[in-house]
Amino acid sequence: MAALDCSGVTVSFGGHLALDDVDVTAADGAVTGLIGPNGAGKTTLFNVVCGLLTPSRGVVSLGGRELNRLPPYKRARLGLARTFQRLELFGLLTVRENVLVAADVRGTMGAAEVEAVIERVGLAGRIDDRVDELPTGQARLVEIARALATRPRVLLLDEPASGLDERETDELGRLLRELAAEGMAVLLVEHDVRLVMEVCDLIHVLDFGRIIAVGDAATVRSDEAVLAAYLGGSLEAS
Amino acid sequence: MVLAAWLAQGLGPALDASSDVDKFLSFTVAGLSVAAILAVGASGLVLTYTTTGVFNFAHGAIGMLGAFAYWQLRFDWGWPAPLAIATVLFVLGPLFGALLELVIFRGLQQTTETVKLVVTVSLLFSLIGLANWVWDPDVLRRDAKFLSGRGFDVAGVAVTWHEFITIVVAVAVAAGLRVLLYHTRAGIAMRAAVDDRPLAALNGARPDRSSMLAWAIGSSLAALSGILFVGTISLAPAPMSLLIVNAYAAAMIGRLRSLPMTFVGALVLGLTEGYLRGYLSDWTDNNQYFDSTFVSAVPVIVLFVVLLVLPSARLRAHGTARTREVVPMPSMRGAFTFAAVVVAGTALAIPLLTTANAVTMGRMYGLAIVALALVPLIGLAGQVSLAHWSLAGIGAVTMAHLGTGGSPMGIVWAFVFTALVGALIALPTLRLSGIYLALATAAFAVFLDRWVFRLRPFDLPFTDVKIALFGTGSVGVPDLKLFGYTFDTYYRQLMLMATTFALMSVFVVWLRRSRFGRRLLAMKDSPAACATVGMNLTMTKLTIFAVSAGMAGIGGALIGSLQGSTNQQNWEFTVGLPVFMVAVVGGIQRVGGALFAGISLAVLAAMPDWPVLRNVSWFPNLATVTPGLMGIGLGRNPNGAVADMREAFEPLARARAVFLAFLAALGALYLYVVTSDVGAWWLIIGGVVLLLGATAFVQSRARGADTGAAGPQPMFAGDELEWVGIDRPFTPDDLAALDDRLGALEVR
Ligand SMILES: Nc1ncnc2c1ncn2[C@@H]1O[C@H](COP(=O)(O)OP(=O)(O)OP(=O)(O)O)[C@@H](O)[C@H]1O
Ligand SMILES: [Mg+2]
Repeated sequence: MAALDCSGVTVSFGGHLALDDVDVTAADGAVTGLIGPNGAGKTTLFNVVCGLLTPSRGVVSLGGRELNRLPPYKRARLGLARTFQRLELFGLLTVRENVLVAADVRGTMGAAEVEAVIERVGLAGRIDDRVDELPTGQARLVEIARALATRPRVLLLDEPASGLDERETDELGRLLRELAAEGMAVLLVEHDVRLVMEVCDLIHVLDFGRIIAVGDAATVRSDEAVLAAYLGGSLEAS
Repeated sequence: MVLAAWLAQGLGPALDASSDVDKFLSFTVAGLSVAAILAVGASGLVLTYTTTGVFNFAHGAIGMLGAFAYWQLRFDWGWPAPLAIATVLFVLGPLFGALLELVIFRGLQQTTETVKLVVTVSLLFSLIGLANWVWDPDVLRRDAKFLSGRGFDVAGVAVTWHEFITIVVAVAVAAGLRVLLYHTRAGIAMRAAVDDRPLAALNGARPDRSSMLAWAIGSSLAALSGILFVGTISLAPAPMSLLIVNAYAAAMIGRLRSLPMTFVGALVLGLTEGYLRGYLSDWTDNNQYFDSTFVSAVPVIVLFVVLLVLPSARLRAHGTARTREVVPMPSMRGAFTFAAVVVAGTALAIPLLTTANAVTMGRMYGLAIVALALVPLIGLAGQVSLAHWSLAGIGAVTMAHLGTGGSPMGIVWAFVFTALVGALIALPTLRLSGIYLALATAAFAVFLDRWVFRLRPFDLPFTDVKIALFGTGSVGVPDLKLFGYTFDTYYRQLMLMATTFALMSVFVVWLRRSRFGRRLLAMKDSPAACATVGMNLTMTKLTIFAVSAGMAGIGGALIGSLQGSTNQQNWEFTVGLPVFMVAVVGGIQRVGGALFAGISLAVLAAMPDWPVLRNVSWFPNLATVTPGLMGIGLGRNPNGAVADMREAFEPLARARAVFLAFLAALGALYLYVVTSDVGAWWLIIGGVVLLLGATAFVQSRARGADTGAAGPQPMFAGDELEWVGIDRPFTPDDLAALDDRLGALEVR
């Protein structure tokens, strides 16, 4: 059974179908990719999964348990964590405090482990800086550390690599593989196709709110519909 | 009375049916004319809000000012009505609006919601003060209907020209706004500015000009509604400024965006009011609790309900800009020191205080406690409440009734009961934030003002508990008795209040430092992220609302005790606004900001009685307006005045020797003042001189040290990091400094 299972998810914003009967799964111990052009509905799906948005149809379940009626915080307590594309940090707090807030909610981590998590994402040098002073790339890493502090079973990442340079992106890729190796289910939304192709075990491609392809990197890369959606360009190049 | 109503009802069918119809129709006309006034007021509000992103709490006060200006021209100076009206609507109103935009509101789009709120609330407060200053409040100004109240009959229903004109005016305003917004360049530019200011600017529109136009038209519409009101009510600055709260309800039905829906909202509210005035006593069998005070509370109930049922996604306020807000992290040691200084300072002051000054100082701590209650709520959690003064009133009433004989249970109940009421307000408003939360809490406060606090004594349903909030107008509040010790002099009460404030300050600092405090700050920035890490926002908000309300309740109970008795007017919405305003001016994130609020307000209230000022006739008015001016002028600094003061005086506290010398001099001065009879003034004046002198000394010394050291500085003392490693080997410290400077990630 997949750790996260979305089936038939449909969302419409005033007649505009942002998601149309979308099925996405993410397995324990794997990095699953979700890619698609701008406005395809990726972030919308994340919002549905974590409960910030109610779908008009469809079921989301976590480890076989249906989440549909649960508020966001209860879903989080069942092992769901996410980062935000448009950063949602606690700007008045330091890096350490941001992560502590998450760790303290259910006492998932002590102070020492919090420091370890921050080091793990590569922010040890800025641990006591206020997060609203960080550049975007590092701020995204804080979001990852904060999500990890809840010890999630499923981790949703919304464009974590935007704002990172190439070396930092590689570090991130390595971290995601490590997390998967530890058994976590990682669902990655990312525009950096190279990263996605490198780290993902399975890739879903979303276009205009519909899943147009599912498969491993090689399959997706050669899929006609995917190539059409990306106008042939970016996938070939990478 | 009841008998008469019963008879009338019984006879109803027997009466001529046409008289029932007439009655219905005449209340319909009355309702329509109320609706028309509300529509005009609300549409101005919506226009400025959509164009500039500022929800103008002072809109009603501008209308009030317009009404007074009209009165001045029309009746005091005897101008013909059309000329007076045209002058107010087309000259004074627009000029005033444009001036407000230019002086106050330009650039305010970029600030936090709290700052916008403080500025408009302060403006509301200042304008009320200004009107009381300019126009003698004891002169009766009322019942000035157009054409001397003459009217005509339509199918047997008497309609005054005033009502007729009012309704026609509203229709004309609706048509005019439609034409303006859809068929003129200026109007289209205004609508563009709503959607995206920077974009509109890029496309060649001039958002500042659109804003100014919106403020000009908005003020003119406010003035128009004010003038129309002159026909039905007597002019009084505060109540009239709050009549606009009724229009808020209409504007909110239009979701602050849609003018047509706003007009529909006004229609619903106006007719409701008309029919309630006509029939409520019939429907409730003349129940004395559902009298005209209830009818006047209905619009705020509607406002509250509309706020609750609006879909939450729609309530995303205009994007809030990030400002550099700082929430300090005081140490517990610092908190205890502060508390000790407060208590010891008060004790030392007592020998110098006259009774009147002791009362002033007690009141200062009372106000500071209520302001302090706002610190965790607004400063930490980012939840605005405009109902805290009313909550303090509930605390005072609770102490009056349950603290019989000075029982400390009065205080305990004051805390518990206000905390419960606070939670009760918070529960339905959990979804709301920013301006909407401010409106909902304001609606609650005005609801208490207009109805609950005026209720005659009643039996609690299903029990024989008698509730008499303010008794027959005023109710005695006992002095607290604790472990056999009664706080029965003003001096003792002063010590009690100082100690309470000190303890609460320690509590607030502890809260700030706790996990819960961290959670509140997190919630202030991103509720969504809080929820997705598993935080139960409902519980968090309820808890902080309840705790904060309870603190305000204790403040109210103590203020009540100090006064000895309390009445409904003490706790009116407008009376409490300065506490909120000046607490933000002082710094809503810090305990010191609350003390700043207490000191400022208590001193301002006491100053008119000072011997030097007693004969200055205009001074009381100036003192009344000052908190508003402070809010308008200083409310923009999101970190508050206390933060700046702290910065200014910090060097002194650091310079040990000078600081000790300063304290010694202050002590000597104190001893001299206490033992001689030169008067407490000299202590204050001398203390300030000493403080400024010592600070100046420390600063000049620091400057001297700077220039002295500038010559032979080591090469890499600070900014020349790139030299390190070239002219000497790296040390681990240097590496750390390098990493720090570059903000580098550790590379492994
Ligand atoms: N709250 C909303 N109201 C109306 N439409 C919305 C809302 N949120 C998203 N949309 C629309 O839904 C569609 C999907 O948006 P979404 O943000 O999910 O795309 P995305 O795949 O995350 O794109 P990107 O790669 O740019 O982040 C878009 O057309 C967007 O305009
Ligand atoms: Mg997205």
